[in-house]
Amino acid sequence: MAAPPDQPGHASAAVPGDTGLAAADLAAEPVPGGESSPLVLLEMIHRLKVRDVMCTDLLTLDRQAPLKRAQELMRANNISGVPIRESGRLYGLVSIDDIIRALEGGYIHEPCGRHMTTHLIVLEDDMPVSFALRYFGRYKYGRFPVLNRGRTLVGIVSQRDINRVLLRELTREVERLERGHKGVNVGLGEGDRLYMLCEYPVVKLDFENAGKAANEIKILLRDRHTDPRVTRRIAVAAYELELNMCVHSNGGTLTFLVSNGRAEVVAKDNGPGMADVEWACRDGTSTANDWIRSLGFGAGMGLPNTKRVSDTFEIRSTPGKGTTVRAGFALQPGTRDGEAPPA
Amino acid sequence: MTLRELAAACQGEIVATPGAAVAVHAAYASDLLSDVMGHAPPESVLITVQNHVNTIAVCTLADIRAVLICHGRGIPDDMLAAARREGVALLRTPLDQFHAACRLAALA
Repeated sequence: MAAPPDQPGHASAAVPGDTGLAAADLAAEPVPGGESSPLVLLEMIHRLKVRDVMCTDLLTLDRQAPLKRAQELMRANNISGVPIRESGRLYGLVSIDDIIRALEGGYIHEPCGRHMTTHLIVLEDDMPVSFALRYFGRYKYGRFPVLNRGRTLVGIVSQRDINRVLLRELTREVERLERGHKGVNVGLGEGDRLYMLCEYPVVKLDFENAGKAANEIKILLRDRHTDPRVTRRIAVAAYELELNMCVHSNGGTLTFLVSNGRAEVVAKDNGPGMADVEWACRDGTSTANDWIRSLGFGAGMGLPNTKRVSDTFEIRSTPGKGTTVRAGFALQPGTRDGEAPPA
Repeated sequence: MTLRELAAACQGEIVATPGAAVAVHAAYASDLLSDVMGHAPPESVLITVQNHVNTIAVCTLADIRAVLICHGRGIPDDMLAAARREGVALLRTPLDQFHAACRLAALA
């Protein structure tokens, strides 16, 4: 007798937020709506969870049902797989392949429980969609069953489900852009002219990609021949804020903007927020765990470092909501020690 | 000092070197990347045991030219690849951080 899968898929062991090949390919597709669209799409597949895209209207059978019944369900509903479920638990899946084998082997009237596929790869409902895309790329299955934390079958997800929701979300995003609303309040003064605005999604505990946004910002500045000392300070602030979000927050967005001779790095996260901002800004205070410390982070120097290298520094935090840090820079050197403008 | 002088001083080896001749003018010893980020001088060599890819990311951002990995610790492939990609020199020594720093200090 087949047992329900103990672990919800190998997927639970993978690194959260890994965009994977499928996601990267998808993001590289040109999308109407301007240059920032791939980024919008990337942010979307990190933000949306599997539960947001999965189909919850499930057609299932129990283990005693004959394979013939599964075949009829598939034909009548134009689906390619039937989960075998009892009391909420997933025991297996009958696919078109199983049906073909049953017809060839002459056992189509035998129970599903005896011939179903039991080695299943499943997704968890709170995984980001980027995960699901990666799994579609890696395994050639048309659909994945979705379990919740209690390992109850709660849905099934196909690539078509994902495309449908992404299209809907993209349409909303385009409408929002057309209305002229920006996702991040970039804090421009009246009459300021915006020269550059870049947004980078930062994913919780995604150390593989942590630092990439800071590096891109540094390259942008270098390519525009910004003073190397100022560039270095901005890169340090961007890196610290990016790492902070990666280590401590539920994820967020790093925004870089340049206007009228000033640059600003804005880190806006989705929580959990801090009760004592002053404490967090003190050198050496940190809530990081040992694992993060073993990577050389979490020493409690991120915010103090950022403060020291920036010309203006502002932090706002609401417990339960999130934190926004703004580090501002004058692009012309001269205001700091050792940064006198060339004579 | 050149990479060759550096390696010789601490009985070490050069694991990766960018095309151009690399010279460093300062050194910093630390295993805390945030500390490195906040305090390491530019154009320097970093003396550390942090043998992972984030170390290279920090060096790139903080204009650190070389990393000296202590205790003969292994260099992961992704770290080596990042060092080559970013043009950061990578060296390794059997010495610990203190003794490596002493040898480099004697060179200066």
